[in-house]
Amino acid sequence: MNFDLTHVWPEIFVATMACIVLVADLYTSRRDVAYWLSLLTIVGAAALTLALPAGGRELTLTDTYIAEPLTDVLKMVAYGVVALVFLYSRDYLRERDLLKGEYFVLGLFGLLGIMVMISAHHFLTLYLGLELLSLSLYAMVAFDRDSSICAESAMKYFVLGAIASGTLLFGMSLVYGVTGSLAINEVAAGVVAAGSTDIMLLIALAFMLVGVMFKLGAVPFHMWLPDVYHGAPTSTTLYIGTASKIASFALFVRAIGEAFGGLESDWRDMLIVLAVLSLGIGNIVAIAQTNLKRMLAYSTISHVGFILLGFIAADGQGYQAALFYTITYVLMAAGAFGMIILLSRAGFEADELADFKGLNQYSPWFALIMLLLMFSMAGVPPLIGFYAKLAVLAAVVEAGLTWLAIVAVVFSVIGAFYYLRVIKLMYFDAPEGDTRIDAGVGMRVVLSANGLAMLALGIFPGALLALCGTVIPLALR
Amino acid sequence: MIEAGIFYLFATVLVGAAVGVISSRNPVHAALFLVLAFVTSAVLWILLEAEFLGIVLVLVYVGAVMVLFLFVVMMLNVNIEKMRVGFTRYAPLGIIVALAVAAEIGYVIWTRRGQLPEKQPLPADNYSNTEALGAVLYTDYVYAFELAAIILLVAIVAAIALTMRQRAGVKAQDISAQVATRRQDRVRLVSMDSEPRQ
Repeated sequence: MNFDLTHVWPEIFVATMACIVLVADLYTSRRDVAYWLSLLTIVGAAALTLALPAGGRELTLTDTYIAEPLTDVLKMVAYGVVALVFLYSRDYLRERDLLKGEYFVLGLFGLLGIMVMISAHHFLTLYLGLELLSLSLYAMVAFDRDSSICAESAMKYFVLGAIASGTLLFGMSLVYGVTGSLAINEVAAGVVAAGSTDIMLLIALAFMLVGVMFKLGAVPFHMWLPDVYHGAPTSTTLYIGTASKIASFALFVRAIGEAFGGLESDWRDMLIVLAVLSLGIGNIVAIAQTNLKRMLAYSTISHVGFILLGFIAADGQGYQAALFYTITYVLMAAGAFGMIILLSRAGFEADELADFKGLNQYSPWFALIMLLLMFSMAGVPPLIGFYAKLAVLAAVVEAGLTWLAIVAVVFSVIGAFYYLRVIKLMYFDAPEGDTRIDAGVGMRVVLSANGLAMLALGIFPGALLALCGTVIPLALR
Repeated sequence: MIEAGIFYLFATVLVGAAVGVISSRNPVHAALFLVLAFVTSAVLWILLEAEFLGIVLVLVYVGAVMVLFLFVVMMLNVNIEKMRVGFTRYAPLGIIVALAVAAEIGYVIWTRRGQLPEKQPLPADNYSNTEALGAVLYTDYVYAFELAAIILLVAIVAAIALTMRQRAGVKAQDISAQVATRRQDRVRLVSMDSEPRQ
């Protein structure tokens, strides 16, 4: 039994600080206190994670917790993304009278859930981390409690999320029945021993895959995504669209990639179907949307299809591409939802496509930032989105599935249409209605940096790509 | 022999209570039948020497969940007649589901007949489930235990954040303001000239 707490300090710190923020917020009427303390918490957690001794794979807390380079990288990305979410959210929440300490407390607990999932080495901890994240997100979706559309989408999210969690748990219990353990390494060994002739294990795999794909938002388990993205406050949509995708990546890598490594050939075929459907439906239905948040929801589905392509390759290169794509996508989505928040103001949501008409005429700089983000999502070189797609396609071709790469490219070309439409609206149409931009200096600076990062990373993608390659654990190569 | 007698007695009561839950017209009676069903199944657990599960069943389900349930049933005016409207319409579907489940149970018993597991050896006399659970709950599974605690905390925070609201115009006392008040806040001494008598 090992109880070395060295690697667990970031989790302990975030949990403690979330409680401190909760209490500190009671004693002050200044809501900024919770905001700054939350940002400080993230900085502190990042410092603690960086200070950890680098090394190989280490298990602790009686093998329910895993620390390895992959977990450190995923956690650092999660910190960065949640910090971005908080930075973008403050003005948005204040204008809607939603700026309360609880929002940031729930955000921090959600971050804790993501960290627990990233470091889970036991189905029990994996599930608990997932529930911690989901519960925080349900509350954050419903946070604008006087809005009926918020309540509706929170209800949908809650019911469908509960079904997904139930499916996942059902799969886990069957896995326990077959392998006699819930620890990931023991399950993996049990799966290899049982082989792909064990019908019970295949049923368990199907159930778990359905649960994971629900959380990831792959077709045909995507129905919650557009409604939740549309109905939630944009700051919460930002959280769901970015931070929780990192958690979903970790969920897949542990629950399917590692635990079911022995049944790779079985789940690969399932994933091919899901990936093709996600790419197709995501890209085609997005064209019909007039609401930008819904459009981005469908675009998420198509990006999930690309991440699945990386998983299908299922070797070192495939997981490297999937990780690279996830990080890239999360940065792009943060910028795109940030743009909606930037153009919104008190009593007005800039979430219709028409709200971006003529942006170039009154704010050329942010029109350029949005252009970078949209081109990056469409996969135009030299932006980072291009290299992400390239890495995934290279991995798929390497795995001998050239036809799948061709399908992906065709659907990306179809998808480029709706990204380009946003750019056309910004540059070639006349502005309608009010053209004020109320956002503060901080928000403008961070959003500009976010957009320019697409370009900078696109010109120098090597370092990030190499990092993604080195952290993929040996078990997955 | 005595054990078998106790088992059959309580099993009969359990089945009777379960039938009572679904057949009684009064929702309060149904809830009370459910309490009876829980208590008798707790007895069955204890017969199986799973005393921890038996106690938890009584404490959590009877003590907390069902009491809350009774409160809700008594406080909300549930219109039973309205709930029974769709009964005949959905009855065929219900019968199909019931038959399917019965067929599945029958299939499993039929295919496994004659290969029921041997009676499991009983643990040693001084073996305690509660002790065994406690030994791993706070050691091997302490991480999961703490995470469950944090999930409960999040549930509390979320419930309060979503439901607590200060309505405008509520005439509530602010006690700390009342206690902290000073004479100057309430009494104003005004110096004014006396007015001549008219």
